[in-house]
Amino acid sequence: MQSKNLLELAGAISSGAVRVVDLTFTLSPDFPVIVLPPEFGQAAPVRIQEISRYDGRGPAWYWNNVTFGEHTGTHFDAPIHWFTGKDLPNNAVDTMPPKDMIAPACVIDCSAEAAKDPDFVLTVPLVEAWEAKHGRIPERHWVLLRTDWSKKGWRDYSNLRDDGAHTPGPNPAVMKWLVEERRIIGFGTETIGTDAGQAGHFEPPYPAHHFLHGAGRYGLQCLCNLDQLPATGAVIVASPLKIQNGSGSPLRVIALVSAS
Amino acid sequence: MIDPIEPPRRKNPLLRTRLPTSPPRPRSRTSHGFTRAAAEGRFMLQRCEACGAFAYPAREACPACLSAGLAFVDAPRRGTLLAETTARVPSDVYFRERAPWRIGLVRMDCGPTMVAHLHADCAEGAPVLMSFQLDKSGQAVAFARPEGETPNMADDRQWREMTADPKFRRVLVTNGRSVIGQEAAAALKAAGAKTVFVGVAEPWRPFAGEKLLRGQEGIEVVTLDAADEKSAADLAADIGGKVDILVNTTEHVRPGGLLDRRGTSIARDEIDQAYLGFINLAQAFGPAMRMRGADGINNSVAWINILSVYALANWPAFGAYSASQAACLSLSQCLRAELRPGGVKVMNLFTGPVDTEWFQTVPPPKVAPRAVAQAIVSGLRGGLEEMYVGDVAEEIRQRLAANPKALERELDR
Repeated sequence: MQSKNLLELAGAISSGAVRVVDLTFTLSPDFPVIVLPPEFGQAAPVRIQEISRYDGRGPAWYWNNVTFGEHTGTHFDAPIHWFTGKDLPNNAVDTMPPKDMIAPACVIDCSAEAAKDPDFVLTVPLVEAWEAKHGRIPERHWVLLRTDWSKKGWRDYSNLRDDGAHTPGPNPAVMKWLVEERRIIGFGTETIGTDAGQAGHFEPPYPAHHFLHGAGRYGLQCLCNLDQLPATGAVIVASPLKIQNGSGSPLRVIALVSAS
Repeated sequence: MIDPIEPPRRKNPLLRTRLPTSPPRPRSRTSHGFTRAAAEGRFMLQRCEACGAFAYPAREACPACLSAGLAFVDAPRRGTLLAETTARVPSDVYFRERAPWRIGLVRMDCGPTMVAHLHADCAEGAPVLMSFQLDKSGQAVAFARPEGETPNMADDRQWREMTADPKFRRVLVTNGRSVIGQEAAAALKAAGAKTVFVGVAEPWRPFAGEKLLRGQEGIEVVTLDAADEKSAADLAADIGGKVDILVNTTEHVRPGGLLDRRGTSIARDEIDQAYLGFINLAQAFGPAMRMRGADGINNSVAWINILSVYALANWPAFGAYSASQAACLSLSQCLRAELRPGGVKVMNLFTGPVDTEWFQTVPPPKVAPRAVAQAIVSGLRGGLEEMYVGDVAEEIRQRLAANPKALERELDR
């Protein structure tokens, strides 16, 4: 590729011919985190502690100490996160190839279905129907599941009931198929996990984690603004923090979208 | 007979909020025997180990036989009011602001004659019951009340200076997700609190008892994650100027000690919730509470911590939790000193295992959450500083006093 094309891209971003859509929630202590049974280890919540704010602790400067779990806020899952990907090479956020951090996306809009049923699951026939309209999902593309879940209040967003969370996600067959037949680079959702809220009862449990990470692919969750993306053609930039042997990280996810 | 206090009107914003002042503070070291008694709601006097005579005020030798063996023991409370007087223009700033102030001489049935602050219904020649109370300087003073109940007894002006009665006051219960928090909120409301603010962290996460809590008149659910600096500060920005009593019901119990846990993440949660949460609450609410210690009928009066009695001696089965509680106990002493200029009491309520989920496998006796709530109310009404709720807490306290090493060995089981 010639460098003038890159400069053209930069110019298009600057002029607005290429829109930059922020797919990221603000990293804050209020944002829901994954809930596991209390006897398991828990993700540390996001904490922001002021070091100084133009005061006696530092007269001219404002800064914070920040702590959080790797899987808080809008975040990235690396293959090492799941047992199926634990022995793969370059499976952590610090060793994954940087080129995997930029890739195009197919956005499957299931917002109408998810509005009707919080336990909605994406299936192979539904993706095939999408492909009939938009074309076959190319290799090494992200598949992003749009549910408009990110527009809900936090309680409905986490939607916890006494039998667990009820949020949409993929079923096992479609995950296996997307990974093996479509060779996607990763799968992204608006919900707290890449898997459905009830996915612990699927076979295998947590199929998105199971199949994605087992094949060295990635996950993105807690995305927002997916409604601003076209079905095809957006380019996702998702570069997690380079945490030593990290299983994931909160990150800023942006999408480049041709304005025309 | 005294008139009931009226619900306070809204503050006149043209008037400056009066700053708290303190009654005289100096005491001899021996006199702190009374401080200890007052803190625990006991009535203790020195009694000669040789001749059995009771002595007051605190002495180094028995006034009857000059023996040096004068231990503090629980003493009979009954006496007779010999004489009373009213100070109308005291020279001390604290009392001058509160004049007229009644004091009297009480001849105790057990011997000594004591100078005491008087409840308004105490009459000359009539029997009284004596107690030691912690005044606004945190020191013990003798207080005489009528022997029986009188109408509106707890509304007495001088008595209310010694106590932290929830009546007409506004309370913040910091954690309403727990059964203790919910019981405390209900008990404080029933005790006459005007409003009980109840903090709920992570409101997106449902919890047992939520519907009932949200439906109660006079109980206002607010978002508060004490472990989050900003959350505590945000809530204080809203209601910090109208929290008269703060009940710290932080509860984060996890079993385990050191060797059978891996890593520090559980301990970090314990410290986050209990210790840093305490600091966040103190920094957010403490300064306004200290400043509002003389702010009328609904002045700020008390901060309550619910602590495990294993703050005093480590219980290895819940060893790291015990340590987090010990840290909070230490913080409470710091807070007590820092709130003292405002006359705000810091009350620690020690419990054994409570009958809640995280002590499921612990055999009885366990403390019912409702008993903790009732103790909060009675401790506030009595103006106490230390309370031991339930048999386990009381037993640990006694065993610790008797032989700390023995207790350490006994808890290692």
